[in-house]
Amino acid sequence: MLNVYLFQILNGLGLGMIYFLISVGLTLIFGLLNFVNFAHGAFFLVGSYLCYTLVSLTGNFWLALIAGPLLVALLAWALERSLIQRIYHLPHTFQILVTLGIALIIQELSIMIWGPVGKSIPTPEALQGVVRIGNFAYPYYRLFLIGFSALVAVVLWLLLERTRFGALVRAGSESTEMVSLLGSNIFRLFSITFALGVGLAGLAGVLSAPLRGAHPFIGPEVLGLAFVVVVIGGMGSFTGALVAGLIVGVVQSLMTSLWPQGASLMIYAAMAVVILLRPHGLFGRA
Amino acid sequence: MLEIKDIHSYYGKSHVLEGVSLKVGEGELVTLLGRNGAGKTTTLKSIMGLVDTPAGSIELNGQSLLGQPPFRIARQGVALVPEHRGIFSILSVEENLQIAVRAGSRWQMADIYRWFPRLEERRRNRGNALSGGEQQMLAIARALLNDPRILLLDEPTEGLAPVIVDEIVKILKAIREEGLSVLLVEQNLRVCEAVADRHYILEQGHIVYTASADDFRDDPGVRDRYLALSA
Ligand SMILES: Nc1ncnc2c1ncn2[C@@H]1O[C@H](COP(=O)(O)OP(=O)(O)O)[C@@H](O)[C@H]1O
Ligand SMILES: [Mg+2]
Repeated sequence: MLNVYLFQILNGLGLGMIYFLISVGLTLIFGLLNFVNFAHGAFFLVGSYLCYTLVSLTGNFWLALIAGPLLVALLAWALERSLIQRIYHLPHTFQILVTLGIALIIQELSIMIWGPVGKSIPTPEALQGVVRIGNFAYPYYRLFLIGFSALVAVVLWLLLERTRFGALVRAGSESTEMVSLLGSNIFRLFSITFALGVGLAGLAGVLSAPLRGAHPFIGPEVLGLAFVVVVIGGMGSFTGALVAGLIVGVVQSLMTSLWPQGASLMIYAAMAVVILLRPHGLFGRA
Repeated sequence: MLEIKDIHSYYGKSHVLEGVSLKVGEGELVTLLGRNGAGKTTTLKSIMGLVDTPAGSIELNGQSLLGQPPFRIARQGVALVPEHRGIFSILSVEENLQIAVRAGSRWQMADIYRWFPRLEERRRNRGNALSGGEQQMLAIARALLNDPRILLLDEPTEGLAPVIVDEIVKILKAIREEGLSVLLVEQNLRVCEAVADRHYILEQGHIVYTASADDFRDDPGVRDRYLALSA
């Protein structure tokens, strides 16, 4: 019986790390650019489909793991330079309208390219099978997912906290004007950060593909969860995205064995409680 | 060095600078005085490209700055220390400095820490843990790392205790010794007289007076006419 809970908790951690990867990108973009990206979930979807295509073509998951997120980031970069850059100064409602449009276009294009029915992606060969500890067994791939995401989290943390680029991103979230006055090209910083944040959503899409496949209509669900995580954790906070991502992942996972119908309810209830008690989220700044 | 000719600046429709002209020569420290609301801050912002300046010209060593984005103006050698100082509160003192470091700058981190030992002691503290005087020093130090040809300072002694004001005066003198040009906006006349080569007085968006430091000192009437009841 205990093993069932351990199994669900580990599943929840994996799910939580996926939520973290998605929402840390969203929160990074919001923190620096003060931009609301409703297309974030759609880029997750593109990541999953790219994983499908690359694995189908080459049979190599590792290639998909590297190239998938990079291609998503490249797409985001091109979109930022051509369109997004022009709407930073507009009110959030306009940004939502435009990015929602982008999300729908991406969704419809994926249906045209990959068809309306979801695709499944095989678990990479090297990671098939289960790890056994005593009478407890756990799939290799899921462990890999937790470990790899944790590694990405550490690298991202070092990037944000220990490099000049990271200092500029944090500085820019306080005052973009002052960053410009110190001679940094704020427009380039915006483009890179947008591409990085969206690329992380793409990475989440690739990583979850062998477990959940690729589906054309997953975007809104992913976006909704990412916003829940960001609201619970606090806008613009790396730690908040990590802690809230893990909490939401584990709660959701435990609920599926305890009370499946209530899983979503619990999460939105948790969000409501956090908003009431700490309007800026667990780790947010006023 | 820096030459501004007949600039007009606007916030939306409100016309704030109505034809301002001034010059700062190589190695010169020039003050821009005037009552609150005269347009001093707006003049500095116009130089940095932060406000709409559709008419006039702003040149640095013959190169036009007008119409360029602020980061390019900064890279050409104009550093503004704004009125609110612009210290990043969530960055450490060292990070505040590091993001301003420019390769090939005449002043590097080591020079800065030699000039401002207080900042080295506080280098691991966050920006929001500093006192007003320390913040002002950090803001000036950061501007120097940016390798400016000219430094624009907006009321650097505002709100500081007299002993700290003396510190700032020392720093200003040291900057002059280095041969850096400075355009200083300041309400504290004692500070201005201690450091300046020349003065301009701005009133309602117009330059109404200009004189050398000596002439200004010998003409107390000017103060009553343009600067009394300021601040
Ligand atoms: N952001 C702004 N929007 C509109 N008007 C402004 C703004 N900033 C300053 N002003 C106006 O411009 C005039 C000059 O202001 P400012 O340059 O700040 O004066 P000073 O620095 O000499 O005290 C004032 O009348 C002020 O009310
Ligand atoms: Mg002012």
